[in-house]
Amino acid sequence: MYRYDEFDHDFVRARVAEFSDQVARRLAGEITEDQFKPLRLMNGVYLQLHAYMLRIAIPYGTLNSKQMRMLAHIARTYDKGYGHFTTRQNLQFNWPALSDMPDILADLASVEMHAIQTSGNCIRNVTADHFAGAAADEVADPRPYAEILRQWSSVHPEFSYLPRKFKIAVTGASRDRAAIQTHDIGLHLKKDAGGMLGFAVYVGGGQGRTPMVAKKIRDFLPEEDLLSYTTAIMRVYNLYGRRDNKYKARIKILVHETGPEEFARQVEAEWDELRNGGLKLPEADIRAIEAYFEPPPLADRPEGDDALRAARLDSRSFGAWLDQNVTTHRHPDYAAVTISLKGIGEVPGDASDSQMDAVADLAERYAFDEIRVSHEQNLILPHVARADLKAVHDALVDIGLATANSNLISDIIACPGLD
Amino acid sequence: MKILTANRLTDGEAVWLARDGIWAEGIEDAETARDKDGEARLEAIGKAASEANQVVDVNLIDVELLDGGIVPLRLRERIRAAGPTNRADLGKQARPGTGPAA
Repeated sequence: MYRYDEFDHDFVRARVAEFSDQVARRLAGEITEDQFKPLRLMNGVYLQLHAYMLRIAIPYGTLNSKQMRMLAHIARTYDKGYGHFTTRQNLQFNWPALSDMPDILADLASVEMHAIQTSGNCIRNVTADHFAGAAADEVADPRPYAEILRQWSSVHPEFSYLPRKFKIAVTGASRDRAAIQTHDIGLHLKKDAGGMLGFAVYVGGGQGRTPMVAKKIRDFLPEEDLLSYTTAIMRVYNLYGRRDNKYKARIKILVHETGPEEFARQVEAEWDELRNGGLKLPEADIRAIEAYFEPPPLADRPEGDDALRAARLDSRSFGAWLDQNVTTHRHPDYAAVTISLKGIGEVPGDASDSQMDAVADLAERYAFDEIRVSHEQNLILPHVARADLKAVHDALVDIGLATANSNLISDIIACPGLD
Repeated sequence: MKILTANRLTDGEAVWLARDGIWAEGIEDAETARDKDGEARLEAIGKAASEANQVVDVNLIDVELLDGGIVPLRLRERIRAAGPTNRADLGKQARPGTGPAA
């Protein structure tokens, strides 16, 4: 997975220091709420009905055990012992005190995490297929491109005050598990006839009070043009998106009102000005980012077939879990495990601090230290040897996370809404 | 009939202006205003508290008295006064001696 370089560390540390100072000045009464509100929103801090809420970015939903344990620590130390995993593959804490924010953000920075751009009218956390790097039907891992978009869009001066929030999703498989057509921009990674990687580009999808399916405005965009073309889309939106009515301000309204063909024409015209400029992605840079997402070394574990056959006969509940929550992996001896956060009668997407710690332990022991958050608000162990599935299942039973309902009707994707 | 509500600056706790001028953590202690003069008085106290950085998001809200209890007219404010609808063990409703949500 991606690891911070010195620039990233310095940038996040500087932001923590800056926001800590802003919090201190607010608490001391040196700045007003009107002055402070846009600053706290830039750092993921909302004021909701019952308390403040802090939304933490989990880029493309990928995190390691150390990071998950830190989230558990924050839940236990500063909140009420739980967190809420979101449809943007992020995590929200619903009860933190404003006075604790500097300590929380410093703790997060110590494990290469932050809350920057998780609110406000900017480009939000870029999401990706939660089985990225593991899926059998994948053309290529979408996360390097999500990471490139994350780096490009972080505190981008031109796109920090958009008409409204902006969400991008990337999938690298033929089956769209990232729900790209419900996003402002959806990118479908694919290969052209010559085997070159690129994207089908969809624009103008969304949910909420005006649900719309995104329209395809380009069938194939070479990977090197990802940032220049995205910039062209953002510029058209930034120029023509409505700012007079927040309910009409998303790009889906602009695409709908302008018409997909005319919108695409405007983007292409803008892109003509940009495509041969400094935003063209060098091949070496793409491959360098890609190297961060090298899959773990997966040794052959053929003993899993016999072990599973026996265990399935032995336990109906294990069999149901295998059928529902275990997904085919590109390596035949491995599987991707969906840990349902949709226990019957439980709040969808919530996990307690002890459950987070236990999932971190499982990831460390059985899944190459990797965890994903799905936009469906479940957790994923992307690389588990089939021979270890029974042990993982039994451990999940112990912590109340073995509900065999992935993709069934009780696997509810829920917005907290008024609450 | 109206009462004044806000969130405490330091921790975001939902609070209501009480009869003795303090910000109470339970709606049951809120001071009610029955006329324009009363509303103006509450608003003046709220404005001063906001400027003194005690509270944020100060709002005058409509309520009614039901069985002697103060009940907001809007659902949003009823939820604020009780706590999360999906977690009865959290929020005001979880305080000792507090009954089910309104």
